Order: sequence, then C-alpha cells, then structure tokens
Amino acid sequence: MNLTYIILIPLIPLLVFLLLGIFNQKIKPEISGYIGVFGLTASTLLSFFTAYKYFFQIGKTDGVFQPLLAKTTWMNFTDTLSIDMGVLIDPISVMMLIVVSVVSLMVHIYSRGYMKGDDGYTKFFAFLGLFSFSMFGLVLATNLFQIYIFWELVGVSSYLLIGYYYTKPSAVSAAKKAFIVTRFADLGFLIGILIIGYYTGTYDFETLNNPEGAAILSWTSTSFMGLSVLTWALILIFVGGAGKSAMFPLHIWLPDAMEGPTPVSALIHAATMVVAGVYLVARLFPMYYFVEDGFALNIVAYVGAFSALFAAIIAVTQTDIKRVLAFSTMSQLGYMMLALGVSGYDGHEGVGYMASMFHLFTHAMFKALLFLGAGSVIHAVHSNLISDMGNLRKYMPITNITFLIAALAIAGVPPFAGFWSKDEILVAAYEHNKLIYFVGVFVAGLTAFYMFRLYFGIFWGKETTYKHAPHESPLSMTFPLMVLALLSIVGGFIPFSEFVTADGAGFEAHLNYPLAAVAVGVGLIGIILAWVFYKKENSLSDRFANGFGVFYKWSFDKFYFDEIYLFVTKKILFKGVSASAAWFDRNVVDATMNLIGNSTVSAANKMKGLQSGKVQDYAFAFISGVVVIAIVFIYLWTD
Amino acid sequence: MIFGVSIYELLTVTSILFFIGVYGFITRKNLISILISIELILNASVINFVVINKYLYPDMLQGVIFSIFIIAVAAAETALAVSIIINLYRQISSVEVKDTEIMKY
Repeated sequence: MNLTYIILIPLIPLLVFLLLGIFNQKIKPEISGYIGVFGLTASTLLSFFTAYKYFFQIGKTDGVFQPLLAKTTWMNFTDTLSIDMGVLIDPISVMMLIVVSVVSLMVHIYSRGYMKGDDGYTKFFAFLGLFSFSMFGLVLATNLFQIYIFWELVGVSSYLLIGYYYTKPSAVSAAKKAFIVTRFADLGFLIGILIIGYYTGTYDFETLNNPEGAAILSWTSTSFMGLSVLTWALILIFVGGAGKSAMFPLHIWLPDAMEGPTPVSALIHAATMVVAGVYLVARLFPMYYFVEDGFALNIVAYVGAFSALFAAIIAVTQTDIKRVLAFSTMSQLGYMMLALGVSGYDGHEGVGYMASMFHLFTHAMFKALLFLGAGSVIHAVHSNLISDMGNLRKYMPITNITFLIAALAIAGVPPFAGFWSKDEILVAAYEHNKLIYFVGVFVAGLTAFYMFRLYFGIFWGKETTYKHAPHESPLSMTFPLMVLALLSIVGGFIPFSEFVTADGAGFEAHLNYPLAAVAVGVGLIGIILAWVFYKKENSLSDRFANGFGVFYKWSFDKFYFDEIYLFVTKKILFKGVSASAAWFDRNVVDATMNLIGNSTVSAANKMKGLQSGKVQDYAFAFISGVVVIAIVFIYLWTD
Repeated sequence: MIFGVSIYELLTVTSILFFIGVYGFITRKNLISILISIELILNASVINFVVINKYLYPDMLQGVIFSIFIIAVAAAETALAVSIIINLYRQISSVEVKDTEIMKY
C-alpha cells in the first residue's frame, strides 16, 4: 500500500502557513480565513480517508492492528543509529489524526467569526496553520527525535498564539512562562532521548516498543542509583510529557496560557497540544510497561492522580471561566495519565490504555466545545468573570444548549461521551489500585460540581444587567459548537476497544454496572450540589466557602504555586546563583577579554607611526631591503 | 658595439643613473621632482636593455624594441602623473609631498 499521501496531511497546513505568513499584508482578511479553513478541510478529509483505510482495510493482520510506516533516513550518526523522517500509522496515531484535524477545523471555522475585525486576522490563521502542521507531524512521528522536533514546534506555535495579543503585558509574560516552563521540562525529554539512543542504539518506536525486542529485554543490564538506566530515561521522558500536559508540578503555565485568544485555548490548551504528553507516554507504552516491571509507569499513575485531584480542587474556586476550564483540562489530563499508569498490556488487561485514549478522544471534543462555548459567551459579554454573567440562556440559546451538553459529557452523565470513557478509566483503576480509584471517583464528583457551578453561573443565576444586550453569536461560531456537541453525544458509542488497544488486538469492553453506578451517582451529587448553590442567587455557597475557611483561600490562590516558583526563581536562583555568576562574568570573564582588547589597541597606537602615508618612506624601506638582500646574496652567501 | 668601451663601463653609468633616480625619489619634497627622478630610473633601465642587447645578442632586436615600448609607456605614465599633480594643485594649491598626507592612517 502507498502511504506517501499521508505526508500531505501535515504539509497542507504548512503551505497555508507559508502562504499566509509571506503574503500577510497582501491577502484580504476574508480570503485568508477561507484559505485556512480550506486547507484544514483538505487535511481533515485525508485524515478520515486514512482512518477508514487503516481501520477497515489495511491495518489488520491476523486480527491484530499492525503499525505501518514509511520513512527515509535523514541524518546518519553511525552505521546503525540514524534519525529518520517518516510517517507512522497505527491505531493511536490515526485516532490522533482524527482528533487534531476535527478540532482544528472547527477552531478554524470558529475563528472566522471570533477574530473578525482583529488587526492580525491573517497572522492568526497563519499561526493556526503552523500549529496544525506541527501537531500532525508530532502525531505521525516514527521515532523519538522526530517527535522531539515537532514537540518543540508545537511549543513555539503555542508561544506565538498565547502571546498573540502582544500589546498586553500579561499575554506576553504568559507566553514567556509557557515557553520557559515547557522548555525546562523538554530538557528532561531530550536527556531521556539521548540515554535511550545511547543504551538501545535506536530511536525508532517500532524497535523500542517490541515486547520481545532487545531494548525492552535488556533493561536489567545497566543500572544507576538503584534503578535501571532505561527507567531513568523513561522518567525523564515523562518529565517532558508532564511539562506539555501541565502535570503537577509543571502545571503553572497552563492557567496563564488562557491569555491567548479563546479559539487558541480550545485548540492548543484543551484538545490537542496538551494531550501530547499523554500521547507520548502511550506511544512508548510497552517500554513503560515492561521496563523494570512498570516502575516509571507507577510514577505516571501517581502524578496523574495527584494532578487530577489538585487541579479539580482549584477549579472549584476560580472565578475566571477560562481558568476554571484550564484547571479542568489539567484535571482531565491527569485522568488520562492515571489511566495509562494503571493499565496492563495484553487483551482486557490493557483497558486502562484503551480508556486513556478513549478519554483523550472524547475529552478533546467536549473540552473544545466548552472552550468555544466560553469564547462565544466572552464574545457576547466582553468579560471573563462569572460575576459579570448570569441568565444568559435567554440571550444565547444555542450556546446554552451546547454548553450544557458538554458539561453533561464531562460530568460523566450517560449517555454522553464522557460517561463511557470515564467509566472505563475507573474500571481500570479499580482493578489495579484502589487508592487511585477513590481519587478518581472523588475527582469525578468535583468535576461535575465545578462544571455545573460554571454552567449555572453563566446561563442561570442572578439577573444581570448588561451594558449592551448580549446576542447569539454568528453562524460561523455556532456551527462548530453544534458539530462538537453532536460528537460529544455520539462519541461515546464508538467501540473504541475494538480499535485502539495496547497490543493491537481488540477486545469486548463491557460496562461494569456497579462501578458505573457509583461514578454516575457521584457525578449527580456534584450536579445537584451545584444546582442548589448556584441555580438561583443565594448565600448558601458563600456560607459553605466560609465553612472551609483557610482552605478555600488556599484553593482560590492555587495553593500559592506561582508564588513558590517566583520565590525560588527570584529570591534563590536570581539572587544566589545568577547574581554571583553575573559578578564573575563581569569582573573576571569580561575583564580578561577587555585586557586583551585594550592591550591590542595600545600596541596598535604605538605601531601606527610606522605607517606614515609617505610613499617615499615606503620606497626607502623597500630599497634598503633590496640592498640588504643584494649584499647578503653577493657577499655573504657561501656554499 | 662601441669600440674601446666595455659593457662594464656602460653598466656602471646606468647604475649611477639609477641610483641618482632612487636618491632623488626618496629625498625630493616636490612631486614634480619625484616624477623627474622616476624618469631617471626608467631611463637607466632603458639604457640597460639596449646595452645588454647590443653586447650579448648583437644580431637580435628584442631589447631595442622593448626599450621603445618602455619609452611609450613612460610617456603615458608621465602624462597621467602630471594630470594628477595638476588636479591636486587645484585642490590644495601645493605640489609638496607633505601636504598630500591626508591618506595617513
């Protein structure tokens, strides 16, 4: 079969980026919007074509999905170690193609309405094109180095898009923060890659992930500080993934990233880029599972569970609707991580892996929908704060209904998409680790609570008088909402376990009724609590918050993690380390260089008198030289 | 071939002429004098060509013809130098070497 057409999926957005980027000023805004949407439509169609071909025609051999790849050598290090460029098609990359292309297309369409009249309209679409290109490249990568290259590219596009309103100081600093924090995490990723390359002699996922391959079987051969070197490498790679996926304690950039335009938050910081970390762990899942009996995988599970809980607690108290959604994203990403962490490998054991990918898929749909809905609300109200909103259901019926669907989906109410994937995650956690299971159930309750707090706060709640009467958004914005709402409803009925599993062989997933009942029950309790507190304006919620006292304040201030980071960087690193380094630089390194420079200058000043500018002086020197040489040759030269 | 005059005497004359030119070139302060000194150097070499041709290869003409070339080139060069000196004089009203040192450093 011919896989080369797949390369068009990333290349079309790249072309759009170059076109819009180079002819930025010459293209009319309306046309640039159409170019972006058209390019993404082409990529989306190709993605669906690929998915259809892979899942139903060419993917299966003996009932097991095989990875297919086409690649070319890019850089040769040694005879055996090289960096390749290519496309890798397997169940998770095909699934990610669908997710990225659908969400990206919806965001493109949505942005045509949302960004209307903005000065940088064309630039915005160019950046979206760049991002789509990088994300497709990341998804299709065949080896660790290729994924790393695109990993950094999505980081750059995220930086550019967060800092899109570059006249706003807060947006600029948020962009810097996102870039520095993720870059810092990527250092771990890079070291992990180099260790793996050194000890296994390959970067290819296919070779690394082979359960009978040398890379996995030889993990005992080397050790460092009590752990296998490969375990260290996997932990370091997970640090990179945790940075991108905003896992605790590298989560601080994600809430600030909400300074970017809302469609960007929906695309990058909810549905696609932030799941790259989850995708990376899933990509290397056999390694995580087999090396050192899954030691690194346990770390993934606990970090994921803790992040899920931590973020959910913070989300309950935030007042900025986009920040609530940001923390909710972090919490759900933690969910995916913990699902991967508790997963097994073979057959039904691998339910956690499948559930994680399933949740990634459904979460992308409903979280993008939530963000786009929030964007629609912000577009109408011109504010991010819940306190400025209320009773909007009268003005914005479509946004109201789609937002409600997404909230039900994330709260895990059947039959919406989130219910199915969350249930699978809880099943996996229950079978593996009871502690993580209880954390998961508690987080499910909190999720339902804060989502409906948000929903009631925006669309019900107090009567608010608006300066300008809010109105429903144009069709270009409501159309993506409706499409995503539809996907949030039906997404859960896709038989995911047939297609995406750790070992490639599908299995029947059954609903575990008692566990499902518990999860739904907890979710409903959360919803009812939110109903009581926020449906009508009342003082119950305030009294309840006061009951928690200082804990409420901590949560509201995000447990002071920003302050801790600032303290560590400004007070300890800048003052202690950087200041002395700067002193050394100025007084020793610079001084040495200045000394060399100054002595050269003074020597030159002394010598420049020799060059008088008089031809006669030169001629004199020349002739005396000739005379001396002549004398030497005539009288002193003896054989 | 001049009877009773050996090549050494002739070459001594041209050497003296050459070094007079060199001395003038180095010591004169006036551009015109320097130009004249250069002409002396050239003339010394032209005589050398003719003498050596005559004494060493009496039946050939290369040296003589070459000296005619040198004279032509020297004339052209002198014309060029004089025109530069005239232009310089129009600019700074002087043909002294020390006044033309603006290119120093």
